[in-house]
Amino acid sequence: MAVPPQTRVSPALQQFVRSLDTTRELRLLDLGGANSANIQFMTQLGTRLYSEDFFATLEDCFGDGDYYENQRDPARIDSFLIQTFSEQRGPFDGALVWDCLQFLRPSLLEKTVDHLHRILEPGAHLLAYFYADDRSTVVPQYNFKINDENGIVVTQRGEMPPGQPFSNRNIERLFEDFSSTKFFLSRDSMREVLVRR
Amino acid sequence: MWNRRKDEPADRPMGSSSSAPASGNEGMPMQTMPSRFENDPPSPSRAATIGKGVSITGQIFSKEDLIIDGEVDGTVEAHDHKLTIGPNGKVKATIKAKDIVILGVVQGNVEATEKIDIKKDARLVGDIKTARIAIEDGAVFKGSIDIVRAETPKVAAPRPQPVAAPTAAQQSLAASAGTEPKR
Repeated sequence: MAVPPQTRVSPALQQFVRSLDTTRELRLLDLGGANSANIQFMTQLGTRLYSEDFFATLEDCFGDGDYYENQRDPARIDSFLIQTFSEQRGPFDGALVWDCLQFLRPSLLEKTVDHLHRILEPGAHLLAYFYADDRSTVVPQYNFKINDENGIVVTQRGEMPPGQPFSNRNIERLFEDFSSTKFFLSRDSMREVLVRR
Repeated sequence: MWNRRKDEPADRPMGSSSSAPASGNEGMPMQTMPSRFENDPPSPSRAATIGKGVSITGQIFSKEDLIIDGEVDGTVEAHDHKLTIGPNGKVKATIKAKDIVILGVVQGNVEATEKIDIKKDARLVGDIKTARIAIEDGAVFKGSIDIVRAETPKVAAPRPQPVAAPTAAQQSLAASAGTEPKR
């Protein structure tokens, strides 16, 4: 049964937007696949948006057969990283990562975060979401649409087993090369994370 | 697959009612025929069409609305007109048009002076430059987006009366009246 879209306040998005220096043209990377709401919001801030459909590329590279087992294959990993990051014209002044990282196994996750670190300007922020219930065997996959500076509309588009458990400690360790990691707890199961390069 | 217009007879042969003048692209495997896209008719009446069995390598310039449902490799320009990449269309080209609707697959940079509409299940890899954009859920897009803001027409400020270029006599008069900038 289709889950209706939910509007939620997102303090992490709020801080992400406030961190942007809109007095100059910024370059933002959106890994969640383009949608009209996000394009409109971000381009109205005067930013140039680079859209990458992370899940479509994941599906292209690992979707035939065992999705997580395929993420162990170095050739597939290289192909995925090339398709996702090499053609992007960084460095970027911010990255909207949404819930993309949740569905990666450790080896691919580490390399993906490495690439994000490489393509972000020092001081740039990365916005990510993680499902907070570590005991869940499956976690929802969402589409994220920016409503305004304070909130988003999330629509569930499926569910999958997570690539690994994401405790706060795991997430901190994942971004240890970045200068700071800030968690925003909410009443629902979504954990918002704002990471500063 | 293409959708039929509800008011269109299901068995009408393609192009049978066309009385449009021939396309300006002589020698191109195109035909002018009524649009059969239910949701986004390329024009109220007719558009040139590259059918799904057609492959073209080279440059296409269209002076009318154009539907590409075949394969094109090269460049496509339909300035001042609407370009529709149909659900079977596979275009590897730089594209320029007034309005662009994508239902198929496009690889290349896309520029629209008015609007780009990327429909569900469409796939676009390339950079976009446009005034307006709509992307349906389920479409795949990879590339940069450059929204060209329409310049708001400047409010006509009260303009000074047109003054003829000062004559030499006027210039010397002004100089003698002390209106030259101080040094």
